[in-house]
Amino acid sequence: MTAATAPAPVRATGIRRRRFARGATPYLLSLAGVAWLAFFFLVPLVSGLLVSLMTGNPDDGYQLTWNWHIYVDLFTGPTPYGTYLTRSFVYGCTATLLTIVIAYPVAYYIAFRVSPRWKSTLLTFVMMTFFVSFIIRTDMWFYLLGGDGPISRLLRTVHLTRPGQSILATPGSVIGGMVYNDLAFMILPIYVALERIEPSLHEAANDLYARRSSTFFRVTVPLSRSGVFAGILLVLIDTVGDPVNSSILGGKNTWTIGQSIQFAYFTNQQYNVAAALSTVLMVLLGIVLFAYARVVGTENVEELV
Amino acid sequence: MTTSVREPWVANAPLAPGEIPDRRPRPRPALPIFYWIVVGFLLIPIVAMVAYSVNGASRNAITPVWKGFTFTWYAHLFDVEGIGDAFFTSILVAVLSGTLSIVIGLPMAMALARHRFWGRGLISSLLFADIAAPSIVVGSSSLAFFLSLNLSMGLGTILIVHVAFNIAYVVAALRARLSGMGTQLEQAAGDLGAGPFVAFWKVTLPLLVPGLLAAFLLAFALSIDDYVITSFINGSRQTFPLFAYGFTKKGMAPQVLCFGTIVFVVAAIVAVLTGLLNRRRL
Repeated sequence: MTAATAPAPVRATGIRRRRFARGATPYLLSLAGVAWLAFFFLVPLVSGLLVSLMTGNPDDGYQLTWNWHIYVDLFTGPTPYGTYLTRSFVYGCTATLLTIVIAYPVAYYIAFRVSPRWKSTLLTFVMMTFFVSFIIRTDMWFYLLGGDGPISRLLRTVHLTRPGQSILATPGSVIGGMVYNDLAFMILPIYVALERIEPSLHEAANDLYARRSSTFFRVTVPLSRSGVFAGILLVLIDTVGDPVNSSILGGKNTWTIGQSIQFAYFTNQQYNVAAALSTVLMVLLGIVLFAYARVVGTENVEELV
Repeated sequence: MTTSVREPWVANAPLAPGEIPDRRPRPRPALPIFYWIVVGFLLIPIVAMVAYSVNGASRNAITPVWKGFTFTWYAHLFDVEGIGDAFFTSILVAVLSGTLSIVIGLPMAMALARHRFWGRGLISSLLFADIAAPSIVVGSSSLAFFLSLNLSMGLGTILIVHVAFNIAYVVAALRARLSGMGTQLEQAAGDLGAGPFVAFWKVTLPLLVPGLLAAFLLAFALSIDDYVITSFINGSRQTFPLFAYGFTKKGMAPQVLCFGTIVFVVAAIVAVLTGLLNRRRL
């Protein structure tokens, strides 16, 4: 009897050990990544929040005094951060809407009207902007649209702009730069979503006597929702916080929140103000995107990107 | 070219008795025209970059006015102080951070794609937040963090932060590949007596090579083009985007555009070659 029961516990621990090993595998696999992100992404974000609650000045250093009042002072102080914040959201939302309007037909064309042989070629033409540094591209617009630039000279010649009228340093030039720089981020996810649509669904709509327009609005558009959402996520986040387009293509009337954060950090060295502005920006963006996700009803947001 | 187009309405609607189907769809040029206009718009600054890199300006800054063709700036490519250092720093950071984020991200993608476990959703949310956090916030809070640690900024901090923002994209790309691959081949390897490590090494990894390459290129592109985040944590170390930005308002050195053109040409050649390879495989 002892001989019969003796091996049993050994086997049980063996199984238990194997079960434990299988249970531990995913944790061991993701250990390095989670540690890296926790230490170099999550902790900095939280410490950014803490920095915003500090008081002090660049010369004597900053101390944590739990100064929550800074979030009120930001919007009542002499610098109109509220205006900058609103302006950034207006620019970002306008640019996002424009990229959707431009990107959807492009993605649609590549997904449905081009034979598979040519799809990747046509996509590469769209992606070609990524082969050139973002700063250089924006700089080139600065030179092209500037006073002596070929585009502004052309517009003057055909009397679309008056002599002395500048295209640069206007909301239009800043938003245009944003649209230009982020267009591909909208085209790609919409294209991926359109490409995933089962052709049989369109055939079914066709068989059920749906007109082209109703097939488009009641089959294609709803099914591409996830792609549009992913695109909005990428473009809106990028454009609202962006300091580059507004500093290269803008002027003092197009000052944005991204520039304010940079300025507070590097020029004024008001670390607490910069951190508070970053926190406000992130919270507002989070609210906007969360509300949008709720309204549109996107589940599994993380699967989209 | 139009034979295998999967346009929604090529299927014929149910026909009325005696109706002759119209086989030839009427031409609809609006979409292709729109597409090419958009591509033209996207190309404008690239054409300008190439043109200004061979424009013979009198002083060492580009002018928007055409002054005649010259290769001078290509001949004096490294004559701007610091341009070579900035360029090679960018390449180095992109290669290292791309490699490192794959080394860290691949096991994570395996865990997320192949296992169900407690905390999986949490990790997904963390990755999502990593992609969703605005660059300016990531950059400024990383700076605050490194300052509070009294870490000196430079190549090290640039690398750390680049890996941190690359991981999420690399994991997303690899996870999609792994899910698409399915597990049958790994199971078959297991049935034939291979342990999980052998199965991974001999079956999964070779199948994943195109995915790894794509993920690396994505990380490389994100890293080499990053300006906003790097501008906070670079210390005195210049990367190419930071270097180019320094010229913006004081007048662009044409050599910067020469480097831009060279990178563009190399990338275009790589794209054409991979395109040709893929086409042969189709």
